[in-house]
Amino acid sequence: MTANAASPNHLQLTREGQLRHFLTLDGLGRELLTDILDTADSFIEVGERTIKKVPLLRGRTVVNLFFEPSTRTRSTFELAAKRLSADVLNLDINTSATSKGESLSDTLLNLEAMASDMFVVRHAQSGAPHFIAQSVTPGVAIINAGDGRHAHPTQAMLDMLTIRQHKGGFEGLKVAIVGDILHSRVARSQIRALNELGAEQVRVVAPGTLLPRDVESLGCTVEYDMAKGMKGVDVVIMLRLQNERMEGALLPSEREFYRLYGLSQEKLALAHPDCIVMHPGPINRGVEIESAVADGPQSVILNQVTNGIAIRMAVMSMAMGGQLAERQKKMSKLTERGLV
Amino acid sequence: MSDNERSSDVSLKIMGGRLLGSHSGDSANRALLVRNGRIAATGEAAEKATAKQTFDAKNCVIAPGFVDLYCNLREPGNALKGNIASETRAAARGGFTTVCVSPETSPVNDSRAVTQLVRDGAAANSPIRVLPVGAVTRGLDGEMLSDMEGLTAAGCIAMGNGSRGVRSARVLRRCMAYAQTFGLTVMLRPENQSLAADGYAHDGLVTTRLGLLGIPEVAETTSVMEMLLLAEETGVRLHLSQLSCGRSVEMIADARRRGIAVTADVAMHQLVFTEDALSGFDSRFHLRPPLRSEADRRALVAGVRDGVIDAIVSQHLPHETAAKQAPLPDTEPGLSSIESVLSLGLGLVRRGELTLAELTRGLTTGPASVIGRSASIGKDDIADLCVFDPDASWVAGSQSLISAGHHAPVLGQPLPGVVRLTLVEGREAWASPEA
Amino acid sequence: MSALLGIDQLLDELENGLRSLLAQRGIASPVLIGIRTGGIWVADILGKRLGIEEPFGELDISFYRDDFSRIGLNPKVTPSRLPFDTEGRDIILIDDVIMSGRTIRAAMNELFDYGRPASIILGTLIDLGARELPIQPDVAGQSLVLNAQQRVKLRGPDPLRIELQEAGQ
Repeated sequence: MTANAASPNHLQLTREGQLRHFLTLDGLGRELLTDILDTADSFIEVGERTIKKVPLLRGRTVVNLFFEPSTRTRSTFELAAKRLSADVLNLDINTSATSKGESLSDTLLNLEAMASDMFVVRHAQSGAPHFIAQSVTPGVAIINAGDGRHAHPTQAMLDMLTIRQHKGGFEGLKVAIVGDILHSRVARSQIRALNELGAEQVRVVAPGTLLPRDVESLGCTVEYDMAKGMKGVDVVIMLRLQNERMEGALLPSEREFYRLYGLSQEKLALAHPDCIVMHPGPINRGVEIESAVADGPQSVILNQVTNGIAIRMAVMSMAMGGQLAERQKKMSKLTERGLV
Repeated sequence: MSDNERSSDVSLKIMGGRLLGSHSGDSANRALLVRNGRIAATGEAAEKATAKQTFDAKNCVIAPGFVDLYCNLREPGNALKGNIASETRAAARGGFTTVCVSPETSPVNDSRAVTQLVRDGAAANSPIRVLPVGAVTRGLDGEMLSDMEGLTAAGCIAMGNGSRGVRSARVLRRCMAYAQTFGLTVMLRPENQSLAADGYAHDGLVTTRLGLLGIPEVAETTSVMEMLLLAEETGVRLHLSQLSCGRSVEMIADARRRGIAVTADVAMHQLVFTEDALSGFDSRFHLRPPLRSEADRRALVAGVRDGVIDAIVSQHLPHETAAKQAPLPDTEPGLSSIESVLSLGLGLVRRGELTLAELTRGLTTGPASVIGRSASIGKDDIADLCVFDPDASWVAGSQSLISAGHHAPVLGQPLPGVVRLTLVEGREAWASPEA
Repeated sequence: MSALLGIDQLLDELENGLRSLLAQRGIASPVLIGIRTGGIWVADILGKRLGIEEPFGELDISFYRDDFSRIGLNPKVTPSRLPFDTEGRDIILIDDVIMSGRTIRAAMNELFDYGRPASIILGTLIDLGARELPIQPDVAGQSLVLNAQQRVKLRGPDPLRIELQEAGQ
């Protein structure tokens, strides 16, 4: 017997298959992911104009709801919303407010009173944006800006945009993702996107303590040995390593981690000569990656910032559009029945 | 209710239906006469007798009343989550005539005073039999022994750890040795706390995909092994409570072959649902222990079928709505399940995973024997009965549920099996309004 | 209703009209911008006919449509491509058909986000009337009034042809 829970698709897409929330890449098909990338391409062009603004979200209110601090991600969402002509409200919600007794549900009720049209949510708990999407008034779009270890779909899509710009497409690509897969929402979303978009092989490279159980079920192969993992890859994605991993007895030391899994020029030389190097940032130089590699010719780390704004513009306008189209549809049905 | 009050001079004749648990096995019921709280006559003798009331059990199954070895009535405790009145009525609706209540009340049932509070509450407000289980350690903190003998004298039928895991093998060993001194049964949920850590879901495919914090099977299986070895050494009567892993079933079967006195139970929802229930972050299925893989589920069902698992429990844990209204990791674990146990079980019967006899054994004679009671329908047996229509259906929802907890496992869909009548010592504990 | 002209005739009319307008205004080096999709095909041909050497621009007005709040974002949006600076230039804006005028409103809003052109001339292959905004083409290949069942459809790019469709066909 299956539980009668809302599947991510049911929640994220309208009946017509338009995006109305952006919570996870699970359940989104290749065509929709490609539409997101194509739309982002158009927004990159907008970013090159004299006036870097389009009127799509004019008169709409976007609330950046950050339960976990992240100035960098919040700024790109803010800029994206402003370039879509939306009014933006930034709320950094100290999680200690919740411990003072106000539940997330209460916080949401207060925010809805402000007549918001979209919540961009960053939360330390996996599934929080999902919960919010199920609790808010219909018509409000929820964009996941990273939840726990679950998903960071806009980050993964901007990485896909970067890969497509450099590699032309995904067919036949071999991609290595190196580092702390266990705790990484970015890696989960990237593996999903790469599989859906048709990459040939996704390898995860990490010690056993930093891999989730049955990680292969996500659609990847496992390499413990970085030299083997790097062999012939077209793209290498380095993940950020949090300092607390040493305390949790997951790793012996930063030095040992860097020796085994840090990206040095020697290890990069094992990859395909045109291999690009990516990192979702912020970088720990000398822990995940050698400075010479991070700043080297194969690094596309800075490229990723421009793409981040464009991807967020794409996803925000698509989800808002889906919500508005759905609202319109309901209205015309009511009108037909003479209820309005 | 005292035994005196519960007995009734009002006689009742149950006509028709199918009789389970009679000494002759499954048979058509000609009539069943209940008088003075006991079964006064069966068959032809009952048919000829006169009674003040009759109940037409056409299309129904007449089974011994269900016995639940693990549930929470929330009293004493947070009244928003339920109380003895609401939750025992829900249990009666579910066909239960006897429930063993977890020591995990607030305050914890680690003293004669709390035990007495539970018994007084039940006497005043419960239509069914309520049997308290005492805390095996003081405050369930896993550090100091509770007054086990005193708790038993006050009316506790066993000593348990509720939903808490076990921190120290040394304390556990001493609990067992002390309980053994007085011939007490310990009902323990096996969980190694350091391996379970901050987890809240089965460490498997779904946690990997959704980035949830997992509880590996070894959190349970290493604890099962530890408990079995300690039980073997101390000679205590061990009952392993609320299992979730297939490997646990294997280890218990092995232990029994070696002659260790161990019994076990599993929650009904563990036989029906798997880790997949969490794939939409559905907080209702945030459970402890977590729902595990399909292979585990099958092994648990097989354990019930083979009798390695003696009892099926409700693991009823009602909450107020707000406790489940948060991102999954921030919600409280537990299902409001006691009204749905029979329906979920009948679903297993319909799918051919259990026979009706295996299901009712797990709900009646199996659990009854763990606590030294009987559950049968024969002349002079105590009239604890559950009469249910297996083909009728009902829909669980916030309007229809009696429990204070509205987070039932299946909501808004028709469920098979409606309890028409629950009798406790011949008195009506529940009668379905539509019957 | 007058009959729909053939594609070559329509292009001739549009070309001639534009030539005389440019001469009359003394515009020596205009640039062409076509509105996606039909307008681009027409702009491509006109560019060659008018001998404009600068490559024409392509405008995708998806981000400026006023029906976003009714139907959402066009999933097949492609980047606008203006291979020249519009600041101070004389622009010939081309679309295949003008009706309500809403597309042209969106296109002009978009154009102004690139800078301030010296002038804009609007040319369309066909003018179907039924205007909802105060916007008129400077040159149209043909003015046509359709009945409610009729639609005009431009197909292309190679060969470019125009069809009059009856609803239900």
